[in-house]
Formats: sequence, C-alpha cells, structure tokens
Amino acid sequence: MANVAPTSEAPVGAMSVSNETAIQIVGMNKWYGEFHVLKNVDLTVKKGERIVVCGPSGSGKSTLIRCINALEKHQSGKIIVDGIELTSDLKKIDEIRKDVGMVFQHFNLFPHLTILENCTLAPIWVKKMPKKKANEIAMEYLSRVKIPEQANKYPGQLSGGQQQRVAIARSLCMNPSVMLFDEPTSALDPEMIKEVLDTMVDLAQTGMTMICVTHEMGFARQVANRVVFMDQGQIVESNAPEPFFLNPQHERTKLFLSQILAH
Amino acid sequence: MSDTHAETVAYVAKTQYDPQPPPVASSGVLGWLTQNLFSSISNTIVTVLAIALIIYMLPGMIEWAVLHSVWNAESIRECREIITNAFGEGATGACWAVIHERFGQFMYGYYPPSLRWRPDLAAVLLIVAMVPVLFRTMRPLAVAMGVLLAAKALFAVYAELTGGNAELVGPTTIAAVIFGVLALVFGSEKTRPYWLWLTFAYPVAAYFLLWGGLGLETVESSRFGGFLLTAVIGVTGIAGSLPLGILLALGRRSNLPILKAICTIFIEFIRGVPLITLLFVASTLLNYFLPPGTNFNIVLRVLIMVTLFASAYMAEVIRGGLAALPKGQYEAADALGLDYWQSMRLIILPQALKISIPGIVNTFIGLFKDTTLVSIIALQDPLGLMKPILSNSTWNGIVWELYIFIAFMFFICCFAMSRYSMFLETRLRAADRR
Repeated sequence: MANVAPTSEAPVGAMSVSNETAIQIVGMNKWYGEFHVLKNVDLTVKKGERIVVCGPSGSGKSTLIRCINALEKHQSGKIIVDGIELTSDLKKIDEIRKDVGMVFQHFNLFPHLTILENCTLAPIWVKKMPKKKANEIAMEYLSRVKIPEQANKYPGQLSGGQQQRVAIARSLCMNPSVMLFDEPTSALDPEMIKEVLDTMVDLAQTGMTMICVTHEMGFARQVANRVVFMDQGQIVESNAPEPFFLNPQHERTKLFLSQILAH
Repeated sequence: MSDTHAETVAYVAKTQYDPQPPPVASSGVLGWLTQNLFSSISNTIVTVLAIALIIYMLPGMIEWAVLHSVWNAESIRECREIITNAFGEGATGACWAVIHERFGQFMYGYYPPSLRWRPDLAAVLLIVAMVPVLFRTMRPLAVAMGVLLAAKALFAVYAELTGGNAELVGPTTIAAVIFGVLALVFGSEKTRPYWLWLTFAYPVAAYFLLWGGLGLETVESSRFGGFLLTAVIGVTGIAGSLPLGILLALGRRSNLPILKAICTIFIEFIRGVPLITLLFVASTLLNYFLPPGTNFNIVLRVLIMVTLFASAYMAEVIRGGLAALPKGQYEAADALGLDYWQSMRLIILPQALKISIPGIVNTFIGLFKDTTLVSIIALQDPLGLMKPILSNSTWNGIVWELYIFIAFMFFICCFAMSRYSMFLETRLRAADRR
C-alpha cells in the first residue's frame, strides 16, 4: 500500500460546494448474470463536491462509477446526470458522456496517436471544434498537467505517471462538469503516484466535481468532502473524511480501515 | 550515502561502470555465423549438409535453365536440335522459346493484339492508383514510372536489334511520363488526398479501358486471359474483400442480434465451402436461377464469387485484430463521447488493422494464387492457357518451362506483397513505440 500524501497541504476540503445536484443515483441495481453487483445504491453528488469511493476489491465501486457514464448498464433505479436521466437512449448517453470525463486505471491512451492528437480528437470530432482552437486548448491543459513539451510524442514514449496526466488532460479538453477517476494510481510505480495525485489536487482546487475510486487515503483526507465506503455491492458508510477515518461507525469499515492503514 | 548506511549494508556501489563493447564473437559477421549457422554440433552438421546439397544441385540447374537454354526456336523439335548440336548427344536444356513465342498470350490471353495498349495503360494507371494508398508520398510513383520507361526503352532496343518492330511512343509511355513528372513535382505528403481521388476514379477508368465503351471498341470477357485475367480477378478481389471483410467483422461483433446472425452465417457458410464449388456455381448453376436470356458476364460472376470468398476469410482475420485490442481502447473512445463509427474509424480500426497486417496480406496472397482455380471453369488464366499449348504438336512435350515461368511470375507478385507488408509493419512500429 503506497500511501503517498500530496505535498500541497492546502485545505481543499473547505472549498465551497453549491446546492445544485450534479449526479443523483436513486435505488440503482445491477446484475452480472445471476450475480447482484450493485444493491440498491443511493448517492447524490452536489456540484463542486469531491467524493472518494473506497472498499475491498469486488465491492462494486468501479462498477458504480462506470454506470454513471454508461460504460456499464444498470438494470433498475435511476441515474440522473446534470438533469439528464440515463436510459438506453443512445443520444442521451452521448450527451452525458460529453459532459462526464473519465480517467482509467490503465490510462487507455490511444497508442497510435500523439499526445496532442489524443487530447484534440474528441473536441474536434465530438464538439466539432476547429483544429486550431482544439490544439490551443489541448496545449493549455497539457501545461496545466505540466507536460506541454511531450505534446508530439507517442504515449508509449512516456512514463506511466506522465501517461496518466495526459489522460487527465485529455478528459479536461472536453470541458466536462464531472470527472470520474477509476483507481487512477493503482497501476503506477510508487515514484509516480505523487505526480498524478498532485495533478488531481490541483484539479480539485479549481472546484471540479470529482468522484474518485482510490485507495489513497492521504488524498481522501486532504481533498474529499465525503468518503463513501462500499462492501459487497452496497454503500456501507458515507461520511466526511475526518469522522470517517477517526470514528468509523460500521464494523466492516473499521476492519477495512485497520487493514489498509496497518502499514 | 551516509557512513552509517555504508557500515550496515554489505555493499555500496562507489562508481558507475563505463559501457564496454560486446565481445567480438557475438557481433559482426563472425558473430552472425556462429549464432545462426554453427551454434551447436547438430546445427553445424545441418549447415554443412545444406551447403553440400546446394553445391551438388546448383550447377545442374544453372546449366539447364541458363547455359543450355534456347530462346529462339519455332518448335520443341528445333529446340532439341539446337541443344544437341551445341552441347552433344544427351544434353538437356530449357526451351524458353515457347515463352518467347507465347508471351503475348500469357500476358493478355486472346485480347486483340491491336488493343493491348489498353490493358497496358490500365496497368500503369493501377500503379498510379496504388501508390497513394500504399505510401505516404508519391516519390515511389516517380521511381516506378522511371523504371517502366527504362524497361520499355530496353525492350525497344532489343526489338530493334533482333529486327522486330519497336513502338516506343504509345499511350502507355505518355501516361508514364505525365504521371512520373507529376509525382516528382507534386509528390509531397500534403498532396496525397488529391492523388487519392485518382484511386477512387481508377475502377471506372479501368473498366472502360479493359472492356471498352465510351468510344473505345468493346472487348468481350471471353477474350480476357493470361496474367491480365489474373490481375483483374486478383486486384478486384483484394480491393473488394478488405472493406467487405471489415464490415463483416464489425457485423459479427455487433450487439444487434439479426445483423450478427447474418454476418456469422455468411462467414461460416463461405468458409465451409471450397472456392471451386463457388466457381462452379458461378459458371453453371447461376444460369438456372437467373431469368432465361440474361447474359451475366462470366468474368463478373467470378469476380463476385472470389471477392465474397476472400471477404469471409478477411473478416475472420480482422475480427482477430479487433479482439486483440484491449477493452480499454473501446471504453476510452466511448467515455470521450465518440459515436460508434467515429470510434471505429479513428481509434479501433487503425489499431486492429495494424495488428492484422500479416493475416491480411496472407489472405491477399492466398487469394491471388487461388485465381488459378478459374482455369477449371475454362477461363484462360495462365494455367488455363497451358492446355492448348501442351496439346499443340509444335510444343507437345514441354511442361517444366511453362510451370516455372508461371510460378516465377506469381512469385514476383506474392513476394512483393510480402515485402510490402514487412515494410508497412516497420513503418507503423516506428510511428508508435509501445
């Protein structure tokens, strides 16, 4: 367990959270065949809120956030993103995906395109942005994740940490209102985790709505408004980071925390 | 590093070692020899045996094919006389004179000799159409046209010396000069899209050039033959089977059950049936189903069958490439909001096709060689043309020379395809180092 705490210890958690709802999940259920992966999940995310989802492997946390941009289909319940209800209607799905950025565990950059092309592809084809403007925006975000000099390289020439920062920049180029992070540091060497977490802290400071599935408890303490603990497909406990870590209520949460904070 | 650390740890490196060259025996020519030919006792024995075999066989082959060969003769009897007179009783040699005499037929079949400039022109235009697809700049076109012109000049000189009539300036020469110069002047990477328009226009141009129409004299399909027929079937099959195969592969991986079922049934049916059967269906059975009196061109029917046949194989090769892509690529494309066709065109297919290049070219080569099967339904491809030659009393008794010539021509085409695929793989690998 690499528990690297981000350097800038600014109290991000104190940032303002609006009253508007960004994502509302009501009574959502999902099955893989006979297996009940997500059981009656309710979760409301306000605009500007930063939520960390944690839990043992197989608890359904990745599946939960993958349902939000319809990479996985839920079978019952409601998911409403920015006022649009997610149904099997492809148009609505595309509309939501335009508005929700996602960062994956294995980066999933497009290896046949340069870093810059990776970033400009979706703005040009999905948002029909002129190429010149897309390039400008991409360079701006690449500067923000501190790798503008790599713009014309291919993903394979970059380190894991750099690739993940490109993946973050690529999502930001679509100007999303919500960012989903699916274990963004789990596939990284310990030396590279910090640079990615720093980027995510920077992003949090801009007031982006974020849902992060991660085991980086230092990040959760510093950035999250709320920590959600899942086990066996359901939300077991959800609380602000301070009470969540110091005074967990549920037995399962206590056990989990004692396991991962042991080292 | 602190002193305390050095005391508690058994070993601490003090300097960085400088890199040194590898030992002689593992690099250079000597290294290659020891590694590839004499790496072990058994390997050495095999090498020695192979060299002995080559020394044993090569002189005889060269003697037969080159030293004792006859290029100018009227019949096989004359061939044999020349060889006996020159090299004594019992000497054998190749009688290439048959190729020399029937060269036009092997190239064009029974295409009217006065109109053979049209297939020639179509061949030149084919090169023009292929270069923008195969290469990034048009420089190779300039080179190809230069080589063609040089070859044509050489032939003219040869014809002049042997007393034949040399026609140096024809439509082919003019086209070669025009496109060669155009490629030299406007051959940069930026102009490639404009050249691609020529590629799209090529099938129409080739159709009218080969079959006639638009003021050109009509030529019946039955007169097509030789490598012209091979090229028509091969190129059409290759050009048609790739897009069709991509669509079938995508269809088979689709979530739409009916589309998926149709594509799967089509692929499995075509793959489960020998090409010969399909060709027989094309040549005979189809007439029963079509309304009486319809004259559905036999070459066209074969083209359709060969293309469908190859596309089923192509679909499976490409499906392999699609399946080999990590799921994350599909998900990342989805998550960015790209629609199905955008993600296929921009993300999935470029990568999947790259993975499939060896398989795709393999299918192309197989298809190209399978074109010889049309001789069974009495089309005059090079193999089909052998029959009348063999049954002709002037050349009766010749077998090897014809087969070797045909094999050689096929080898050139297939080897070129194979080399191109290796070139393409290297180029694409250089572009994205994973």
